[in-house]
Amino acid sequence: MPVAAQLLRLDQVVVSYGEVGVLAGIDLEVRDGEFVAIVGPSGCGKTTLLNVCSGWLSPTSGRVDRPAALRMVFQQDGLFPWLTVEENVRLGLGQVADPLEQQRRASALLGLIGLTSFASSYPHQLSGGMRQRVELARALGGETPLLLMDEPFSSLDYLTRLKMRLELAWILRTQPRTVLLVTHDIEEAAQLADRVLVLSERPARIRDEVVLKVPRPRDPTDSEVVSAVRRILGVLGLKPQEGAKVGARQN
Amino acid sequence: MPQPRTTVNAPLLAVATPIALILLWGAVASLHLFPSSLFPNPMDVARGLAAEVQSGRLVNDIVASLFRVSTGFGLSVLLGIPCGLLLGHSDVARKALLPIVNFFRSLSPLAWIPFAILWLGIGDPPAIFLIFMAAFFPIVLATTAAVANIPSVYFRVARDLGITGSRLLGAVTLPAIAPQVITTLRVTAGLSWLVVVAAEMIAGRDGLGFAVWDARNGLRIDLLVAAMFVIGVIGASLDRLLVQLTKIPSVRWGYER
Repeated sequence: MPVAAQLLRLDQVVVSYGEVGVLAGIDLEVRDGEFVAIVGPSGCGKTTLLNVCSGWLSPTSGRVDRPAALRMVFQQDGLFPWLTVEENVRLGLGQVADPLEQQRRASALLGLIGLTSFASSYPHQLSGGMRQRVELARALGGETPLLLMDEPFSSLDYLTRLKMRLELAWILRTQPRTVLLVTHDIEEAAQLADRVLVLSERPARIRDEVVLKVPRPRDPTDSEVVSAVRRILGVLGLKPQEGAKVGARQN
Repeated sequence: MPQPRTTVNAPLLAVATPIALILLWGAVASLHLFPSSLFPNPMDVARGLAAEVQSGRLVNDIVASLFRVSTGFGLSVLLGIPCGLLLGHSDVARKALLPIVNFFRSLSPLAWIPFAILWLGIGDPPAIFLIFMAAFFPIVLATTAAVANIPSVYFRVARDLGITGSRLLGAVTLPAIAPQVITTLRVTAGLSWLVVVAAEMIAGRDGLGFAVWDARNGLRIDLLVAAMFVIGVIGASLDRLLVQLTKIPSVRWGYER
């Protein structure tokens, strides 16, 4: 079976601010079509790692090979509030010169995320989950092979997060992309990713890699997903019972 | 048990309340508790207003005041917003100029009246200068703050989408600061209207401020109140006009979040 092309590669990436080390020699390789998730303790440098991958932040040392174009879905509200839903999505289609074609593709993307009837609404008129869907549609519009997602569902309530995971899995079936997802939600990572990389405390290193082979969309109670969650909790030094308590509080 | 809310006819209330106040004013004036030279009755004011309109003086004064405000305020918007953009984007410019802007912002525009007369004489130029001094610095400060508070995620998204250079200004910066700038324009337009009256009272030969001063000198309290009435109506109308800017769909987000 041929090995998929390498899309993103980090070699011994170090980020430090003076004496304070954030990333301590990260090696990472993401291949075409893969869905890789990064989890780790709060404040360990997950977002810093994603910023290095996106090119927003230069590493103190090490090498980063990334594709020329990529799109990012942000934790904060990244939609432009002065534009309608459709205008936001069309902004992601900048590579399409013909306005009619742009319109057609924007309509198709809105159909994909189920928000056709909200095309002329403004972001502040939508729920948090709807806004994240629009952001995803805008990112998909770029047709770049790599999507970087920085805790995209963290501001949503638990049920909406569950729904969004399933929707993302379905959308990626229709519009396949390579995804690098940073999340604090271990269950989310296990439900979506082909590989979950577990970071240590600061300065962060990759402590473990958990591979999942169940096809998406996945049932969160699937035995492989549950055992991946247990393993990650174990790596992070949290017994499953303690992890369950933390999850219950968060949710 | 919760009581049903009483429905209020807002437009009717907005008309009925001033009418009631005028009737109350008329009733108090008819009691002759104060001499008419100190407390005119509304009918005298209405007659004075009609005479001023007929003579053409009132229209002339209104046009003169509006010209000064639109010129002074327009200049402060045209120069203040670009200066605010510069200060908002450049840390060096902010460090160098913000203390100076704050210093001038703290000076009452009326403190400039002696210089305005000495440098520019009387008539339009000193009034325009004073309005400019009143509106320019608040606009610079508000624009600077608005630019500095644009969430950085918008710039990251813009970079991701290939929006850079001069396109960034029109596609991100200006729309992102629009709600805050519009609010400041409403405040500074009101301030300009206050200042034009004061400037014309001292350094004018026409305009509504001059009309107030002239009526006071001629001991025509009815004309003085008539001029005050017109000043109030125009000031409120200017604000209503600027409120329309907040109803533009692409800026509503700034007021509804």
